Amino acid sequence: MRANFIFSEVWIGLRRNLTMTIAVIITVAVGMAMLGVGLMINTQVSMMKDFWYDKVEVSVFLCNKGSAIPACKGKAITAEQTKALQAQIQQTPGVKEVFYEDQAQAYKNFQQSYASNKALVDATKVEDMPTSFRVKLSDPDNYQPVVAAVEGKPGVSQVTNQKDLIGNFFSMLDTLRWAALVVAGVLVLAAALLIGNTVRLSAYNRRRETGIMRLVGASNLYIQLPFVMEGMIAGLIGGVVAAVFLIMAKVLIFEEVARYLAIGSQLGWDSVATVIMGTLGIGVVICVLASFITLRRYLRV
Amino acid sequence: MIHFDNVTKVYTNQNRPALDHVSVDVDKGEFVFLVGSSGSGKSTFLRLILKEERPNSGAIHVAGKDLARLSNFKVPHLRRRIGCVFQDFRLLPNKNVYENVAFALEVIGKPRRFIRKVVPEVIELVGLEGKAHRMPDELSGGEQQRVAMARAFVNRPMILLADEPTGNIDPATSIGIMKVLDRINRTGTTVVMATHDAAIVDSMRKRVVELEDGKIVRDQSRGVYGQAY
Repeated sequence: MRANFIFSEVWIGLRRNLTMTIAVIITVAVGMAMLGVGLMINTQVSMMKDFWYDKVEVSVFLCNKGSAIPACKGKAITAEQTKALQAQIQQTPGVKEVFYEDQAQAYKNFQQSYASNKALVDATKVEDMPTSFRVKLSDPDNYQPVVAAVEGKPGVSQVTNQKDLIGNFFSMLDTLRWAALVVAGVLVLAAALLIGNTVRLSAYNRRRETGIMRLVGASNLYIQLPFVMEGMIAGLIGGVVAAVFLIMAKVLIFEEVARYLAIGSQLGWDSVATVIMGTLGIGVVICVLASFITLRRYLRV
Repeated sequence: MIHFDNVTKVYTNQNRPALDHVSVDVDKGEFVFLVGSSGSGKSTFLRLILKEERPNSGAIHVAGKDLARLSNFKVPHLRRRIGCVFQDFRLLPNKNVYENVAFALEVIGKPRRFIRKVVPEVIELVGLEGKAHRMPDELSGGEQQRVAMARAFVNRPMILLADEPTGNIDPATSIGIMKVLDRINRTGTTVVMATHDAAIVDSMRKRVVELEDGKIVRDQSRGVYGQAY
């Protein structure tokens, strides 16, 4: 097997079908980038879930004096009611920990969260803050018993489950991921068809050469290899372009988003590298398979 | 060397067989003319030897191999032992004489040193010395056919098949082509040549096998083209 012969044939083939080759490269690049973004979102979501689900809690807000919530009927919760409530929450199955957050602590948290909005912080006084029980669950999905145990009890103004809040966020990310994967799937199909066409054109352009090769007894591998290599190189270049897209996505999108949302653990470069290797591999395999399948139809050996 | 035993070939969509119970033996080193009008089965005969087609019935042995039992994987190896020349030369227009001949060796993976040694020898054998760097379109028809013969012979095949090699060439030049074929035959290569050219067949005085409607109607050693039988 003479490598330089094969490579010169491949080079001629790619140059002759330059526009088709470029189309293949672009399709593979965008397709693989979408696939990669989908996978990266996937990794990021599971990391975020680990991080957030560890922190989510059910907040049981208690009535203040002059609270506007109808359940309070304008009265503040009494010390006895508070104690009874705490005992009841602690007895509820699935509860890991219960903290009591007083007004001073709530105000501190509030100041921290809204540090950028100075006017709001200035206008809010410590007395405006609600007191609450913060309930940590051993399984964040199993919040129903706690809600059922405290809802409607005297002195309870409101029960909020943080899981519901971030659940929306996660379902949005899920949608994004599926959208990216579907687009990737469609583009992979388009890439396969394009490669098929390129190989067909290539086989037609080189029918003299392949005819003579057949005649003088070149092995099937030798005849087919230049075509398969054309597909493979187009796939490889497409994969490299996709890798550039993915690195840009990591820097420009994932890191930016991580900066605005306290995402906790960030998508690391190691996972990006894994995704890039994976998409590169898939891209090349698809190109080689597509070339091979078309060859069997258009290049009689 | 080539052995046809009761071979019948019917192409799909045709009811008349292209070859009809053909049995013929060609020995090593023989020179055989295959004559007959168009559609008499000459090309089918050659294609069967190359295993480009399969017979519907009968057995074919080429160079000691039973073609029916030869796996597709091994067909290229069979073809390496058979050289082919055609009416339309089939040269690569973007390669010069040397490259056209060398191509046949490159694609079967011969080492470059070997190629550099044997290609000039073969170019000389077919009488094209000094023209190794001409492009095909700078050559006459006869010279192009010599290039094709050099390419067919460069790997020293046991059999050379020629399908109307003088079909596109004027009679005077054809004589030169036949001399080259004769020279190749004298090296021990079996030559099978399908032709319409009565003058050539008559002048060579070699074995003649005549086909008509897929049947062998004449098989003569030292025959002529149009002899009545």
